[in-house]
Amino acid sequence: MTLSQDLSSEVPVLDVRNLCTRFFTEAGVGKAVEDLSLCLRRGEILGLVGESGSGKTVAGFSLMGLIDPPGRVVSGQVLFEGVDLTALNERALRKLRGNRIAMIFQDPMMTLNPVLTIGTQMIETLRAHRRISRAEAWSRARDGLARVGIAAPEERLAAYPHQLSGGMRQRVAIAIALLNEPSLIIADEPTTALDVTIQAQILAEVQRLCRETGTALIWVTHDLAVVSGLADRIAVMYAGRLVEEGRTEAIIEQPLHPYTRGLIASVPSRNLRGERLRQIPGMTPSLMSLPEGCAFAPRCDRASEACRARAPVMETPASGRMVRCFHPLTAPEDRS
Amino acid sequence: MQRLWRQFRQSPVALISLAVLVAIIAAAVLAPLLAPQNPYDLRQIDVLDGTLPPGSQSLTGMTYLLGTDGQGRDMLSAILYGLRISIGVSATATIIALAIGMTLGMMAAYLGGRVDAVIMRLVDLQLSFPSMLIALILLALLGRGVDKVIVALVTVQWAYYARTVRGAALVERGKEYIEAAKCLRLSTPRIVFSHLMPNCLPPLIVVAMVQIAHAISLEATLSFLGVGVPVTQPSLGMLISNGFDFMMSGKYWISFFPGIALVVTVMSINLVGDRLRDLGNPRLNR
Amino acid sequence: MFVHILTRLFQSLVTMAAMAVLVFVGVFAIGNPVDLLINPEADQAEMAAAIARLGLDQPMWRQFLSFVSGLLQGNLGTSFVHNAPALGLILERMPATFELALLAMIFAIVIGVPAGLVAGLYPERLVGRGIMGASILGFSLPTFWVGLMLIMVFAVWLGWLPSTGRGETRSLFGIEFSFLTLDGLRHMFLPALNLAIFKVSLVTRLARAGTREVLLQDYVKFARAKGLSPARVIFVHVLKNMMIPVVTVIGLEFGSVMAFAVVTESIFAWPGMGKLLIESITRLDRPVIVAYLMLTVLLFVTINLIVDLVYSVFDPRVRLSESS
Repeated sequence: MTLSQDLSSEVPVLDVRNLCTRFFTEAGVGKAVEDLSLCLRRGEILGLVGESGSGKTVAGFSLMGLIDPPGRVVSGQVLFEGVDLTALNERALRKLRGNRIAMIFQDPMMTLNPVLTIGTQMIETLRAHRRISRAEAWSRARDGLARVGIAAPEERLAAYPHQLSGGMRQRVAIAIALLNEPSLIIADEPTTALDVTIQAQILAEVQRLCRETGTALIWVTHDLAVVSGLADRIAVMYAGRLVEEGRTEAIIEQPLHPYTRGLIASVPSRNLRGERLRQIPGMTPSLMSLPEGCAFAPRCDRASEACRARAPVMETPASGRMVRCFHPLTAPEDRS
Repeated sequence: MQRLWRQFRQSPVALISLAVLVAIIAAAVLAPLLAPQNPYDLRQIDVLDGTLPPGSQSLTGMTYLLGTDGQGRDMLSAILYGLRISIGVSATATIIALAIGMTLGMMAAYLGGRVDAVIMRLVDLQLSFPSMLIALILLALLGRGVDKVIVALVTVQWAYYARTVRGAALVERGKEYIEAAKCLRLSTPRIVFSHLMPNCLPPLIVVAMVQIAHAISLEATLSFLGVGVPVTQPSLGMLISNGFDFMMSGKYWISFFPGIALVVTVMSINLVGDRLRDLGNPRLNR
Repeated sequence: MFVHILTRLFQSLVTMAAMAVLVFVGVFAIGNPVDLLINPEADQAEMAAAIARLGLDQPMWRQFLSFVSGLLQGNLGTSFVHNAPALGLILERMPATFELALLAMIFAIVIGVPAGLVAGLYPERLVGRGIMGASILGFSLPTFWVGLMLIMVFAVWLGWLPSTGRGETRSLFGIEFSFLTLDGLRHMFLPALNLAIFKVSLVTRLARAGTREVLLQDYVKFARAKGLSPARVIFVHVLKNMMIPVVTVIGLEFGSVMAFAVVTESIFAWPGMGKLLIESITRLDRPVIVAYLMLTVLLFVTINLIVDLVYSVFDPRVRLSESS
């Protein structure tokens, strides 16, 4: 008994190894996620940061096994509590989805079914995974709503989604994700579509809930400022690849990859008043036609011939830090 | 235009349909040359040859590929002549309806205000009743005749064109080139006819394809019910109607073959129209 | 909601009034009412008497007033052929047409919705393409010809089903219905199927388009992410949303089915109001035609009204935006 408990505390909740997801379209093959490796322990919060089109949303769906044709996970492993999800059949995956692994989507206006009541949509999530009576499911759903700070949860259960505000709907979506007490939640930019004040409330709420329940969380976002206050660790994605990963403070204080530095510099609050906002020159490349070598090279001021010739691999310059760059920054740059 | 053709070609179904459609129109136009006999020349038909099954030979040695009807008419010839009438009537009605609908739709879009309101109320009213019923009642009040069938077909069609043109014209009107033309002080008719009209054509053609198929079907139905074209000008619908009485005794060919001709015609028009609509829909082009 | 009903009711009344004026203009101003309303076989003296009785010698506005007051009293003229009130004749035949149209609609839903759902779920597969091909065929087949072929195959060659008449009827609320007896149902089967073919194609296409649209929505992916079974995702999350446009159109099409019953009824000798209309047209029984027209207008306006109201109950978004 003690042995298995010890083992389970050592086995990470999620261990992704060299995951590749590609889209096979008429226009060509899109390498949406390339060689992605991640590791998450119990209760840990990981911020997965990248610009739109960097493959971070596809990465989230790949973990859930929810990639639809023409897309497909072509290689790699997703070890969830030691079990490889890519080797499971649809039926076994379904038992995990919404139960052990839950997901929160970007746009709360679109994620709830408009013709079903909140109650129906919560109860079906519970009853898909456990044999409980309708009455018990109902009371659990009510408690679930109360937990995410929704007032008068009993009335809300009878309501239709359009009767609730956007922030309220996202709280419902979070409540649905938490219903079956999963060990991992993947949240895909869940606050982007909301007002700033509500965004802050929801962030605080989610952080509290994950700490309380010991749920691991992957928070996918394009907004570095949001995750810097939330996540334990940050992983930065660029053009389908992870370019840098490490503890949040380390990454913010001392980015190693030129792209990460660019991201940090373009966050408005980090710039002095009156100074021009820094931008990363150039545009995100299309995943259909990635350049040879490092995908960031065309936009990088440190790029050399080597960068254009072949792609760098992930390296571990210091403990707990990883970077995919031939010319990593070694010391914090002076910001003159 | 060439780009459109290249895209159109990519669908084998649409391409075959187009070929069939061209063949049918050619057969209808050239009916007097192609038909083995003139089914309305009484000297060429013999009642003794009545209701012969397909493949039979006449007393004079001619083969009736599709059999004969009650009066001894060669069905193949009757179908070719019937196609001529069916397509002729429907095409004429469609062209007239197109002209009326375009004019009214353009007026509604360009003049706006009360003119728009009156025309569009009329369109709504018209479209809220099934075309079949409107045509039937009109013909009941007017009596039979080719001209009356055309009037009925025009009446049930114009509203679709008016609505389509108005919709397209309202979108186009807001665009910059119309503003530019207005700034150049071009006359209203000139703006409407040489600038607005050509840009409203693509959606109109798609609607016209659907409507002409509908008109052929409707004309056949009306003639079948005995309120359409007169007996002297038998369209496909009337041929089918003539065969109704013989069917109970198992003589299927008199109704069957004209029906097949009708179905193939309508279906090929629908398939070509479907393809054109898909091409015109930018959402599906991706 | 209440205001909404009132506005729609008012709009319906305006439509009715507009149609009454149109019919009046058609019959009295453009057409020759003597031809239209008086039995053409009458002699001179009868003709003159009838003109006086119908008030056709009166000025136009007088005639319009009497036409309208006749309408309001439900007096739509007297049939020459049957020598009975035209309205009564039509109402007598209405249940037969109604039950036929209803069965046809049931066919359309029972066949069209599953077919459209399958075609929408597998648009690239053979089954999806096949269903769409069949639906284009269904659109292109002329109703009357299909009717003939159905009779030929099932009644003449195979002899499985009867092809004429209503069969045995049974009384319900004092009205005779065929669907209450087995024989009546057997008689209804072919004509209802014939009447349904066009609508099956229509419902299939709508259901397919709806399914494809709904499948792309985030809430479907969210439902899958919740670990729901495919059956629950398709039959609850997809189907419920997809049915909204289908239900609306089915309601609106009910009138058109009643109208197309004219064709089916005359082929299958089904004694409904459509067959009566055709008989009246061929026998020049004009009062019945005018009465049929006015009744149909009323029917359509009512259907449009009901569909609009039902729609606002069906779709929670419409229902609540009205009340707030």
